[in-house]
Order: sequence, then structure tokens, then C-alpha cells
Amino acid sequence: MAEFKFLQGNEACVEGAVAAGARFFAGYPITPSSEVAQAASVKLPPLGGYYIQMEDEIASMAAIIGASLSGLKSFTATSGPGFSLMQENLGMAIMGEVPCVIINVSRGGPSTGLATKQAQGDVMQSRWGTHGDHAMIVLTPSSVQECFDQTVRAFNLSEKYRCPVIVLTDKTIGHLRERIEVRGPEEIEVIDRKKPDCAPSQYKSCAPDDDGVAPLPSYGDRHLLRINSSMHGEEGFLNDSPANATALVRRLWDKIEKNVSYIGKIEGYRLEGAETVIIAFGIAARAARRAVTLARAGGIRVGLVKLLTLWPFPYAQIREALDPNCRSLLVAELNMGQLVLEVERLFKDKKILRVNKWSGEDILPGEIMAALKEAGC
Amino acid sequence: MGLTYRDYLREELFPQMWCAGCSHGISLTAVARAMAALKLDPAETVVVTGIGCWGKADDYFKTHSFHGTHGRALSFATGIKVANPRLKVLVLMGDGDGVTIGGNHFIHTARRNIDVTAVITNNFNYGMTGGQYSSSSPEGTISTTSLYGTAEPGFDICELARAAGATYVARTTPYHVTQMDKLLAEAIQHKGFSVVEIISSCPTFFARYNYKVTAVEMMRLFKERAVDRERYDALTAAEKAGCFLTGRLHREEKEDFHTKYARLQQQAKARAEREVV
Ligand code: SF4
Repeated sequence: MAEFKFLQGNEACVEGAVAAGARFFAGYPITPSSEVAQAASVKLPPLGGYYIQMEDEIASMAAIIGASLSGLKSFTATSGPGFSLMQENLGMAIMGEVPCVIINVSRGGPSTGLATKQAQGDVMQSRWGTHGDHAMIVLTPSSVQECFDQTVRAFNLSEKYRCPVIVLTDKTIGHLRERIEVRGPEEIEVIDRKKPDCAPSQYKSCAPDDDGVAPLPSYGDRHLLRINSSMHGEEGFLNDSPANATALVRRLWDKIEKNVSYIGKIEGYRLEGAETVIIAFGIAARAARRAVTLARAGGIRVGLVKLLTLWPFPYAQIREALDPNCRSLLVAELNMGQLVLEVERLFKDKKILRVNKWSGEDILPGEIMAALKEAGC
Repeated sequence: MGLTYRDYLREELFPQMWCAGCSHGISLTAVARAMAALKLDPAETVVVTGIGCWGKADDYFKTHSFHGTHGRALSFATGIKVANPRLKVLVLMGDGDGVTIGGNHFIHTARRNIDVTAVITNNFNYGMTGGQYSSSSPEGTISTTSLYGTAEPGFDICELARAAGATYVARTTPYHVTQMDKLLAEAIQHKGFSVVEIISSCPTFFARYNYKVTAVEMMRLFKERAVDRERYDALTAAEKAGCFLTGRLHREEKEDFHTKYARLQQQAKARAEREVV
């Protein structure tokens, strides 16, 4: 049954995880994500689930990978330097094709940086933080309700594609309190991983079906599971031949990048006739929305594309949403300009404007308005 | 079920990938014999490895397996075991995985008393990357990164395990195969975190650089230098330095993490129900 609750973004992530079926959390406390761990430690044990506080973020990431393979939907939460430590085993989850969810409540960096302050500086780390070629799914909520909804979606995508999924929030959203609708598992779509339906002797841990995803049994099932972080063939044994390396890295990439139409999600606001469109995600998208409302009231033809999926970048969806009159794109983000690099790369036909801030404070609608005016909008 | 140790091994993948004379092959079949002796169900057994020569051992087992990043094997194993306590989880690591890069995970797994078995082959160096010194290399070790010897002492893995809270600790060598079989079976059966250190020979690097002997002579060395508790206690400090104390070194009955956690879940559930009422 749906309930209305007054929650923090961090708490809403845990409500979403539980509704999606998560029963295992491993983590290490770090500001500003600690409330995710706290809420998980309260919610999971009465449900027969597990909260385990590990010795660091490397071990936290490892434990959720292990638990997921034993059949429990698993997640962790972190921020800043903790997210950097998770990069090693994020790669493991990609290579081993292990469903799991990472809530990254971003804060100011580099290093221990602005531990208690706001930033969106992990646009690129969340995409490319672990080494090697890989695809990554990164979802970006901009409200407490979306923390719930996007965490549910993160679990569903991780189960569907056998991969880690990052929910990238930020300090402000994580600590913001809003009234939200917490829906029960029966009221939301819950996707569970595909299990093998062949005879156990026929099963190969890494042999994909037509959708590029291999069925995944749990440790303890009759189908013997072989997970391998090194370059491997269909049976999970080391295979570092050039042909196999080329094919495996390609498959892991394609199973995500070829499904952007399903994974990608944006929300448009007042795009009709918009000559300038703001592209933003997370808290910055809320300031942008206010700026659009104000600008429209003053007769400026501005709209907003809010990204609910940051990566894979939902290029086609954005392109389709833009009005034929759109001439410029303004990227508003709490960093020195990361998302804008992707926008510049893909929208060479538009004039690209930037609003950036890395002071530890949020972007204000007035600052976006000022940028619009300065650009002559 | 009537399985023999050969039923746990993928003999079709032999010969093993290790160098001629490497003792890992002996340890591999000993682990398989322990599995057979305990009649482990391969579908309820998970072999977890990290990176290194011994880290390739998972390839040879017909059980569930997990081969992951260097040093994190115990953390993966913690997740695997906590999420499904029915499983038997064997974590095969070298001295690098086990107590060097993975040292932090090792002491915390011991402290939590997670019911998994760590089988640590200690060859006092990194074989796979070309014979560099590790945190178990004795002071003065000659290796490819310490041609002048090392200026740091090595960990005593068993002492470390015991001090950190492991509830079963044993040490053996590839020469003492009967003892190895027995200790491995005991460790796997033990409820709680168990550690079996297998003093190992890396004839390609450590043995060649430090003892200047062949694989066969290393076996003689193991035979001569491994002593049980009684003999060890009678030795002088100088004599002890050249010996390995072997056998079961520690065993205590203590509730493992999962037993305690299951109780905590029950209490949490009762409290949640009370609060709803
Ligand atoms: S390098 Fe040493 S440890 Fe590695 S396989 Fe060769 S002998 Fe064994």
C-alpha cells in the first residue's frame, strides 16, 4: 500500500531499494551519504535482510557483489573519496556482470575537499572512473520522490542488464526533506534477473542470450556459476585471445549503449517554441526549472531538458524533444563543466552556453537568468 | 554422493598452469581431497580467489567459483556467505592477496568471525608478477625488488590471524601432505573464520634467490624445518628463527557472525512488530 511520508532524499533511496526487493547493504560511513547507511541498518534486519558495515568502500563494493551473486539484491552508498575507492570493484561488477546499485551522494572535491558541501563533480567519474572501456548506467534524481523512483529503476536496470547501476544524487537532494509517495512492491514494476532454464550441465555463466545478457543463477543453485574479473570466454575461464577480448568488451558495451531508448529518460519543460534550452540534472535542474518559469513570464523563449538518465547519454531523446526553433543549449551544472563536454560533442549545430559553479553552493535561478540575459536570450 | 577428489577437479584443464616444481599443485589436490572427505556438495560450495599464481586455482574446481580483484577475496566471500549461510566458502589466497594488499580485509574478516575458510599459500613473494617481496617476506629477503635485501620484517600470518580473532588457525607445508589433508578438512568443518597457512615453495623466484636450491631441495627443507608445538617450544630463539611451527595452532568455539546476526534479525523483527502495534 502506498504511504505518504516526509523524508530525506537519502532515506527515500532506501525506501526505493526495499520496495525493489533489496535485502543486503554493505557500506562505510561518509558525509553526506551516511543517512542511507543509517536507514538501511534500521529497515533491512526486520525484513530478514542484512546491513553490514565494512572496513572501507573497497570491501563494501566487494561485499555487495558477493551478496548479489548469492541471490540477494544488494546496494551501497557513498560519496566523494569513498566513490573513488569503489572504482576498482565497480569494474569487477561490470566484468563479472553482477547486478548491484551504488548510491553516490556527491560532494565537493577533489580529495576530501568540501566534505559537507554541494557539488556535481562526479559526472565523469561516474561514467569513466573505473579503468578500461566500459558502459555505465547513471540515474540522476532531482527530488526526494525521484530518489525513491530512480532507486527502484536502478535495481530494475541492474537486474535486467546484469550490471552495476549508479544513482547519482548530491548533498542537497540527499538532505532535502519532501513529502513523497512510498509505493509498495505490488504497486511498482519490479524486474528480477533472468535465471537459466537449461539443464545445469548445459549452463555457461557468460553465454549471452539474444539480448546480450546471460542468465544468472545464484551460488547454491544447481547451475554452477563461474564469475571472472579477467577476460573470459563463455564458460567463465580466462581467455585473453585478441578475438575474445574484442568480442567481450564489445558485448558488455553494447548491452547498455544499444539500449539507450529504454534506459535513457528525460523530462521536458516548456520546450514548445523554446529557442534556448537548458540541460541540467539533479538539484541544478530544479533551479533551471524555476529560471524557465521566470524567463517565460518575461517573454523569453526558454525551455528545460532535465536528465533522469545521465549515462548512457540520452542523445536521441534530447534531440527529438527540442523545438525546431532551438538555437542554443545552456548546460547548468555544479562543476567546472563536465556534462557540457558531451553536449558540445553531440550538438555541434547549436550554440552552447554554460553556467558553472564549484563553490560548494547551489546554483540559483537568478544566476541562470543572468546567464540567459548575458547571452542575449 | 560417493564423490572422489577427482570429481571436484577439472582434470581436462591439466596440466596446471604453475611452474615445474611449484608446490601449488600439491595444495590444489589437498583442497580437493578435503572436499571429498567432507562430501561437500559442489553446488553448495564456492571457491573464491584473488590474483596471483594460487589465484588461478579456482579454474580447476568443479564447484561454484569467483575470481576477482587482487586482495578483495575475503570481502567478496563475506558477501557471498552472509547472503547465503548454507554455502561452504573456501577462499584461496597467497600472501599478497591474503595479508598484504588484502591485510585490512583479513583482520576484519577474522574479527567478525565470518564462517569461511582461508587457505593461504605463503611463498614469501609475488610469483606471478616476477618475484617481488611481500609483507610475509622475512627481513633481508632477496627479491627482484630487493636485491640488497629488505629492511622490513615479515608478518607471521598465523599470529596475525589469531590476534585478529580467527577461531581456527593452522600451518602446514607441501611436504606434510597427510597433515595438510587433515588440517584443511578440520578448517572447512570449523564454524567460524578458519585459516590454514601452507608454507609454499616458489622455486622460480623465492627459493632460487634466497635458498639457492631447487624444488626438490625445498621439500627437504620443509621436512627438516617444520616442527610441531612440542618440539618448537623446546628450541632456542635462534633455532626457532629457522623453523616453521606447524600443526593446529589455535581452535576455539565462538559464535560466528551469522549466528549472532540471525538473532539480531529476530530481535529487530520483534521490535518492528511491537512498534507497528
Ligand atoms: S612463479 Fe613461483 S608461485 Fe608462481 S607458479 Fe611459478 S613457482 Fe609457483
